Amino acid sequence: MLCWRYCADLERINMLREITIGQYYPVDSVLHRMDPRTKLFGTMVYIVSLFLADNVWGYAAAAVFLAVVIRLSRVPVSFMVRGLKAILFLLLISVSFNLFLTDGEELFRIWVLRVTKEGVRMAGFMAVRLIFLVMGSSVMTLTTTPNQLTDGLEKSLGFLKKIKVPVHEMAMIMSIALRFIPILVEETDKIMKAQMARGADFESGGLVQKAKSMVPLLVPLFISAFRRATDLAMAMEARCYHGGEGRTKMKPLRYAGRDYAAYLTYAAYMGVMAAVRVVF
Amino acid sequence: MGIIKAEKLIFDYIRRDEEENIEEVDRAIDDLSVDVEKGSFVAILGHNGSGKSTLAKHINAILVPTEGTVWVSDMDTADESKLWEIRKRAGMVFQNPDNQIIGNVVEEDVGFGPENIGVPTDDIWKRVDESLEAVGMTAYRYKSPNKLSGGQKQRVAIAGVMAMRPECIVLDEPTAMLDPNGRKEVIRTVRELNQKEGITVLLITHYMEEVIHADRVIVMDEGKIVMDGNPREIFSRVEELKGYRLDVPQVTELAYELRRAGADLPEGILSREEFVESFIEAVSKTAPEKLHAPMP
Amino acid sequence: MAIKVENLTFIYNQGTALEQKALDDVSFEIPDGQFVGLIGHTGSGKSTLIQHLNGLVKPTGGKILYNGEDICGEGYNLRQLRSKVGLVFQYPEHQLFEVDVISDVCYGPRNLGLSEEEVHARAEDALRLVGMKEKYWDQSPFELSGGQKRRVAIAGVLAMNPEVLILDEPTAGLDPRGRDEILDQIEMLHKERGMTTILVSHSMEDMARYADRLLVMNHGKKAFDGTPKEVFRHYKELEQMGLAAPQVTYVVHALRERGLEIDEDITTVEEARDALLAVLRRPGKDQHA
Repeated sequence: MLCWRYCADLERINMLREITIGQYYPVDSVLHRMDPRTKLFGTMVYIVSLFLADNVWGYAAAAVFLAVVIRLSRVPVSFMVRGLKAILFLLLISVSFNLFLTDGEELFRIWVLRVTKEGVRMAGFMAVRLIFLVMGSSVMTLTTTPNQLTDGLEKSLGFLKKIKVPVHEMAMIMSIALRFIPILVEETDKIMKAQMARGADFESGGLVQKAKSMVPLLVPLFISAFRRATDLAMAMEARCYHGGEGRTKMKPLRYAGRDYAAYLTYAAYMGVMAAVRVVF
Repeated sequence: MGIIKAEKLIFDYIRRDEEENIEEVDRAIDDLSVDVEKGSFVAILGHNGSGKSTLAKHINAILVPTEGTVWVSDMDTADESKLWEIRKRAGMVFQNPDNQIIGNVVEEDVGFGPENIGVPTDDIWKRVDESLEAVGMTAYRYKSPNKLSGGQKQRVAIAGVMAMRPECIVLDEPTAMLDPNGRKEVIRTVRELNQKEGITVLLITHYMEEVIHADRVIVMDEGKIVMDGNPREIFSRVEELKGYRLDVPQVTELAYELRRAGADLPEGILSREEFVESFIEAVSKTAPEKLHAPMP
Repeated sequence: MAIKVENLTFIYNQGTALEQKALDDVSFEIPDGQFVGLIGHTGSGKSTLIQHLNGLVKPTGGKILYNGEDICGEGYNLRQLRSKVGLVFQYPEHQLFEVDVISDVCYGPRNLGLSEEEVHARAEDALRLVGMKEKYWDQSPFELSGGQKRRVAIAGVLAMNPEVLILDEPTAGLDPRGRDEILDQIEMLHKERGMTTILVSHSMEDMARYADRLLVMNHGKKAFDGTPKEVFRHYKELEQMGLAAPQVTYVVHALRERGLEIDEDITTVEEARDALLAVLRRPGKDQHA
């Protein structure tokens, strides 16, 4: 029997909407104005630094750096935390793996699971590392419009054009995907409701049954996606789109003083992180 | 010769089977000739499947004629070397507001066209500013298109076309997916562009209220032009319009019904005000005693 | 009393920064067999409201009773409800998915767990009801015209034998004749089957012509509830809500302001024609004739 708990389906869709990356937070800040390449590089530097850290001091330095950056971005911390919801499961898994499967000095034992001092330490570091990693990358996505981000990628990877990698096309595809993800999520929600109104049940039954029940959802979704793709291609052509050749940029990427300052900061930060690793 | 001219235009949708043999030929446009004057506001009416969208796509060279010729600003749309020039001159706005916005931010979307035709950066900004101002969307320039209403999305799409500095805009049922307020918003914008900027407008629709301000109304059926005239002429032929699966605004229909019953009213009344004035005049002729002081 | 809504409230994204009240203390009752028009501008809460009636959204507060039973109650069979209260969404493209028309219409009744014979009998019955000729039954639903797609979508819901039929803007995107054809079909269903009908539409002209009663939603609240004539009397308030009255209603009011004695409750062209013809005729002259 179909009861209220099946509304969970719809709630899950709403979750999906929240998780959707590329949620730009429109305020004006130093970080917002920074060149996307600088931010991309910075994110990479930060990720590397997190794997460099192997003691409390290293993580403390990473925390300070992150706190300063978040402060500079003028994006409320709650927005960064929201991104964490998506990795909650991953977080739990990696924490429990580290907690129970690390050898060392036993602290206590639950049934067959040994918890060691090293395990607690590893799990703690792992959790912090993951949380910082997600928050660090959301600083980038929250302060950079998806278009700037793809522009940044396009330009940073421009050297690949020489070996015939279609960098412009890939960037365009990414940018369009980012625009249409929320639209298609919304559409999925509508289709689900329309089929549920006809008695569809997306939950009950075994795997085969479930897969079969997805057909009435996926067929309209694919047809709509194809239709949108055709429409969009026509609209782009009508606006004279003909690939990357001879194209100018409304927002060309140019490094400014703040970008050089950022690169200097990265160097200093990496210096600190390396020093911390060696000294402590 | 006007800005857009079609002569003996024929267009067939051809469906082929796997071996490229012709399976089915569907004639969407059938020997159509038309000439559109620069700066005019032309409305094209017709039921779904009458060929009006196919005609629209010829003006932007998205489709090229099977037979006959279409010229935009004296350029033959079949001439591939002129393709981008034609698309610059004749912009196009489509039905589904979501499926024609490319940018993730309003201003970036408006800049998409100029970027494609290689306009220098400073000039792109100027064009974007002007176009957003022209459609009244400046306040929304940093917003995501997904946060806008349907009417606002269509205005962004119009701004995107305006940024190409076209001479002519073709709108293919731009209001079909909008609510009444969104429809008014879009039509108001289009009329303003026509009057203030002198842009030639071709508006394809099946909402009759949207065409009463047009300079010229063309009715299509089965790929042919079946009626052509100013709104008043067209709307005085109520029965004929209904025969083409179309309709007339309620006041026009009311006036038509009253005329049929013998009332002395002029033909082709289009607006409420016009109706009220003519009806009062008719009453003053036949039953003046009924016109007394306004009722409280 | 088929549907009873008591103090219904719905809040989107409750407890987050995006919290938004979509429905605010809405109450009404729809007796069996009524033709109700539901109007309101985009975002007024009307879509959320009809999804509640079909059990697709769970209320934040308040109650919905269907034939006296609380549909939010523990163990209430929602699938049963969805077959009794049929909901047709705005775009048929959101529900058509099968290889041919008849299979698509079979989807709903099959979900009810009926026998294959019964499923087919109901699907055929539903297709006939919406005026889909047999030659279309084996065609792909994607190759049909806009109007035909809509008919198939309606049939897909009708095949579940609902007692209430809710239609969300069934005429959007159709040409004028297509609009009239669909609405006439709906009216016929309402009359012949005595089905309770709830129609969401932006066309006040259509509402005046078909509905027995109008529910007006504004900012999540019920703003007006009455016969079309009663509701359209508030045309000035309706305008403030981004709505309007039928064009002829404005004409009648303008003529009244100019001193003509005409019934103010005119909402259709036919009524206006008769009333205005009566004005044009001289009473003295007609008596002699």
